[in-house]
Amino acid sequence: MAYVAVSGGAEAIEESIKLLDYYKSSTQDALSAEAISDQLSLLVDRVMGEAGLYSKIYAGIALKQCEGSVEEAVFLLRAYRSTLTRNYYSMPVDTENMRIIRRISAAFKDISGGQMLGPSYDYTHRLIKFNGQTENPQEILQALHEEMRAQTPEDSLRCPRVSDELRKEGLIDSTEPDDQTPYDVTMHMLEFPSSRSARLQTLARADTGFISGLAYSALRGFGQVHPTVGELRSGYVELCVPYLFDDEESIYLGEILITEVECFNSADDNDQLKLSVGYGAVFGRSETKAIAMAVIDNELNQNGPYPTQDEEFVLTHGDSLEMNGFISHLKLPHYVTFQSKLDAVRKTREPKEASHDKSE
Amino acid sequence: MTKASRNYNYAFLDEGSKREIRRATLKAVAIPGYQVPFGSRELPIGRGWGTGGIQLTLSLIGPGDVLKVIDQGSDESVNAVNIKKFVGLCTNVETTTEAQRATLIQTRHRIPERDLEDGQILIFQVPLPEPLRIVEAREEITKKMHAEKDYAPLWLQLYESLIRYSKVTIGAEYPCLVEGRYMMNPSPIPKYDNPKLHEAKCLYLFGAGREKKIYAIPPYTEVVSLAFDDVPFEKESFEGRHCRLCGATNTYLDEVFDQRTGAQYHQCSDSSYCREQRGKD
Repeated sequence: MAYVAVSGGAEAIEESIKLLDYYKSSTQDALSAEAISDQLSLLVDRVMGEAGLYSKIYAGIALKQCEGSVEEAVFLLRAYRSTLTRNYYSMPVDTENMRIIRRISAAFKDISGGQMLGPSYDYTHRLIKFNGQTENPQEILQALHEEMRAQTPEDSLRCPRVSDELRKEGLIDSTEPDDQTPYDVTMHMLEFPSSRSARLQTLARADTGFISGLAYSALRGFGQVHPTVGELRSGYVELCVPYLFDDEESIYLGEILITEVECFNSADDNDQLKLSVGYGAVFGRSETKAIAMAVIDNELNQNGPYPTQDEEFVLTHGDSLEMNGFISHLKLPHYVTFQSKLDAVRKTREPKEASHDKSE
Repeated sequence: MTKASRNYNYAFLDEGSKREIRRATLKAVAIPGYQVPFGSRELPIGRGWGTGGIQLTLSLIGPGDVLKVIDQGSDESVNAVNIKKFVGLCTNVETTTEAQRATLIQTRHRIPERDLEDGQILIFQVPLPEPLRIVEAREEITKKMHAEKDYAPLWLQLYESLIRYSKVTIGAEYPCLVEGRYMMNPSPIPKYDNPKLHEAKCLYLFGAGREKKIYAIPPYTEVVSLAFDDVPFEKESFEGRHCRLCGATNTYLDEVFDQRTGAQYHQCSDSSYCREQRGKD
């Protein structure tokens, strides 16, 4: 019998796993997890971000294991993550101290600390390099190292946030620093109305496609329309945890690569205008996602009629695991419930008089 | 422990997580029918594939337990086999297909035909725990409706369906009122199974992993399926039909089509009960 119901489930699963191995097999060399995490960095960034687990090598292993499926790789990392005991919360990161690799502003030509294009596909021509196949990543790395050795690095300038200047001018609301312990959405159910910390965490882990599409809808007219990217910066930030025996001290764990975005819209401020700010921060160099997050954060502050301005709608439908899990469960057998549905449909089609007597 | 699971804790989750889930479960038992939010963990099984039920199972299971897992009433269906395999991999507990031997039964969409006894726990996998979701999309509002015991929209829906079709058209997932207080979604079990929730000897636990809720019906709790006084609650009917394998006329039947001839026939959805009946003859 076929895949369900009566018996044979165990064998069917085993054979199915063998077939997966077949579809993963190749006549070519094996891809190492390290090669994936180094050479497919943006894919790895996306997976780490949606999983909420920063580990390039585990992301590489996960991607290799599942034929490069983003949803499956995110799934693997999340499942692994929930077996780990949570020992610490890191201390807040001040992104002003970021070791910047890229920084741009679409709002001002000159910004304090300067703009730096950094690694970006924005200004490349999207033409397939048919000889890209033969490029050797090790040789490229070596050549770049040599070039860098020949140069003298400039001192890096301090890069205050673009929004700080506007805030000084009173164009942006200043908010008091909020030192409340953030709401941890991985340990508690998200409740509505939610706190901003819960909202930002949820958006940072959200499926890239989902929040990009939502942000696009806000840009096109189902929202405040076209915001301005005040600043986008990518770089390395240090993570520290508190040192238990001395409040003054902390323990350095290492650094992670993140991308942070602030975007502005004009907003009503009694009988004048001001600028409203949206904030986005994500793992790695997932820039479009960071911008989308900032756009949606800004929309959610508006309480308007559009989908992107509805907190419960936005925050409950963008988790990769939840959306893909629930959609894919439709493949599971629903014999019992469908039988019940059929029964209800059939009963409404029985002749009206007859149907009354049959109740049990 | 098997080789594959050496890197993982007993029953997969770390002890802190399991304790947290048990605490939520205790609260759920203390307030029958009330949905207790919890920090649902990700599992190696798909979200929406029974992770709420599995988290309950993992948080409760110990070496002395005997586990039964069913899906659509069947022990052998792919999903049931898969969940049993996963729990087995990280616990090594004994599994069974016999409802009366199991201490823990995890189920999707059915309650076993045979009545469960004192000391047994039936764990339901719940896709959408909120019974009011069919009338209100927002969690923020349904929470208030529960707090105020405002179930009028649900009654109204029932009434409208009677007016339009002369029938209550809700199929599975038929809402019921627990101890006269909380409206509860019994998970997508058929209406046929609803009466088994009332004054049962066993403990019923409900876990919704994706929606992050746990709720419970403790033993001997009053559970009333939503119905008007003059239009009694009506189950699915299988009049004139019987199981082609065991001949039963008193069970929930699956409608099946013969692979070759396309002929329609029926058989018990509870595969273990059906096998037991055949063994008797």
